[in-house]
Amino acid sequence: MSALNLSNLTFSWPRAARPTLDIGSLALEPGESLFLYGPSGSGKSTLLSAIAGVVAVPPGAIRIGETDVGALRGSARDRFRADHLGVIFQVFNLVPWLSARDNVLLATRFSKRRSERAGPRPELAAIRLLSELGLIDPAVINAPASALSVGQQQRVAAARALIGGPDLILADEPTSALDDEAKVAFVDLLAHECVDTGAALLFVSHDRSLEGRFDRAVSFTDLNHKATVAC
Amino acid sequence: MLTHALKSLWNRRFVAVLTILSVALSVILIVGVERVRDAARESFTNSASGLDLIVAGRGNPVQILLATVFGVGSTGQAIGWDSFEMVEALPGVAWAVPISMGDNHRGFPVVGTTVEYFKHFRHSSGQPLRFADGGAFTASNGAVVGAEVAARFGYAPGTVIVNAHGAGRVAFHVHDEAPFRISGVLAPTGTAVDRMVFVTLAGFDALHARPKTPLEDPFAMASGEVPSVSREQNRDRGEPANQRGAHGHGHEPDQINAIYVGLTDRTAILSLQRMLSNFRGEPLTAVLPNVALLELWAITSTAENALRLMAWAVAFAGMLGMVVMLSATIEARRREFAILRAVGANPARIFGLIVIEAAILTLAGIATGLALTSIVATIADPVLTSRFGIRLDFAFPGVRALILIGTIFVVGLLASLVPAVRVYRTTLADGLSVRL
Repeated sequence: MSALNLSNLTFSWPRAARPTLDIGSLALEPGESLFLYGPSGSGKSTLLSAIAGVVAVPPGAIRIGETDVGALRGSARDRFRADHLGVIFQVFNLVPWLSARDNVLLATRFSKRRSERAGPRPELAAIRLLSELGLIDPAVINAPASALSVGQQQRVAAARALIGGPDLILADEPTSALDDEAKVAFVDLLAHECVDTGAALLFVSHDRSLEGRFDRAVSFTDLNHKATVAC
Repeated sequence: MLTHALKSLWNRRFVAVLTILSVALSVILIVGVERVRDAARESFTNSASGLDLIVAGRGNPVQILLATVFGVGSTGQAIGWDSFEMVEALPGVAWAVPISMGDNHRGFPVVGTTVEYFKHFRHSSGQPLRFADGGAFTASNGAVVGAEVAARFGYAPGTVIVNAHGAGRVAFHVHDEAPFRISGVLAPTGTAVDRMVFVTLAGFDALHARPKTPLEDPFAMASGEVPSVSREQNRDRGEPANQRGAHGHGHEPDQINAIYVGLTDRTAILSLQRMLSNFRGEPLTAVLPNVALLELWAITSTAENALRLMAWAVAFAGMLGMVVMLSATIEARRREFAILRAVGANPARIFGLIVIEAAILTLAGIATGLALTSIVATIADPVLTSRFGIRLDFAFPGVRALILIGTIFVVGLLASLVPAVRVYRTTLADGLSVRL
């Protein structure tokens, strides 16, 4: 059973001349990390939105685990996302007035499953994750997110995506605001944690210098509007 | 969700506090107007509750009621002592007490009456007057003061006071030639009685019997040289001729202003009222205090409604301020909502978040408003009590106030739907990717 399985996924924004997404097939195994690269505006973010269930897709096109995301109704998709997915954005990942720790715990607020999987005391799980990602200082952990550096913020975002052991992590260019050194460190930490928690990682970026740090790399332009890409 | 809303508001605490204050202000106004209105009505009703009829010269019932029971303004024509004896002798009349008015003591109305007054007058659903100190007057220069008057000036039995002519605060003519000695201080009643000074009819008349010079008091009767008495007449009315009455009581003044009447059988009240109105001896009006109060409320309701309208206008402005605050922050919070969406919040919950924030603001505003109302009431109470005999109680707001508060709360929630719907739409459109 794949962590993520796309087959014949097409999606068009309203009033768009041609489909933004037209993907034959793509599969991702549990624990596998996939680097998906392509130029800006090619539809990578739309793909992530479709996988996350934020935009409606036809039934059968996206399966995460055993669930057909397209077959779920609106609020069920939201619940499914809360339970099974972790999402990391490019920037502004955190609610600025919440502490780093509370930002991480936000992911357990909306999901019973992840709250339970985070253990009897989710805040301990949050602190453990943060420390594994290099945020040990309690002053940093309890500071409002707006006081953190961009690199620290992205690590907090990673901890939030990882807490409670989701099946799939979606990362949308999370390193674009980081310098080269921080970039590599961040990707290594993220990949390492994914392996630890057994989550599959779909990492989207235009920066191919990171390619080698993943199990597999796929060009989005090859994937989109093409026939099946071999796995 | 609730803690998130609280933290979010805390993050915007400055604007949030301003919003809460504007809601609080509207609560103060709305609840305050109601409370003062209720207190005024209660005080008036309590003051007049023990009287079955007030008989005075022909005039407006409301004016007569205000002048006699509350010491505000003046009655019309004075009435002759004959009329008092006539009323006293009527079948069905249990007691009748003569009342003379027109003087003041340092701004408080002076009432000339007899000791019967203290025996028969009832207030606040049938409670009799009690003396906190001393007792009713025995000598003709005796005086009894209400609780508020005594407290204000530190009067006690034995204190000697002088009165001034006129009903207002400004003394036109101080009767320092005719001092009174206080014989008793009444216990507080929470009615107009607290701010009255009672003197004997004889003492009251004696004041006006010995004017130093007639010129000092241009309204004084030409009969100033008449040995017995000349009850001073109202400023703008001439004294009806031929008011000398018959005799039979201890002190019999020529004229009095009103008669308080208690009946043995209240069912006869309307026929008695009609009979007095048709009395041939002189033009009389018999006022049913409760009916006159209703007339008074009809008059004041216009002003009350204007005040209420103002209060609701302020409430509307407060609500508008809240909508503005919530709407203005939406744009800045789009990223926050996208994050909440990413961790699994559906748009309905984000909609709910805005409504919860509005509920918190409104509730905090209501709580602050009620607290401030109590503080304002505490400050205003002594002033209102001494000036108008109105007592603001500190009891929890009544059913009516609760309905008003509930209305404010509901209006607050409804107002929050405006920004909430906007948030719902933007979050649906934004999804996870906000293009800032």
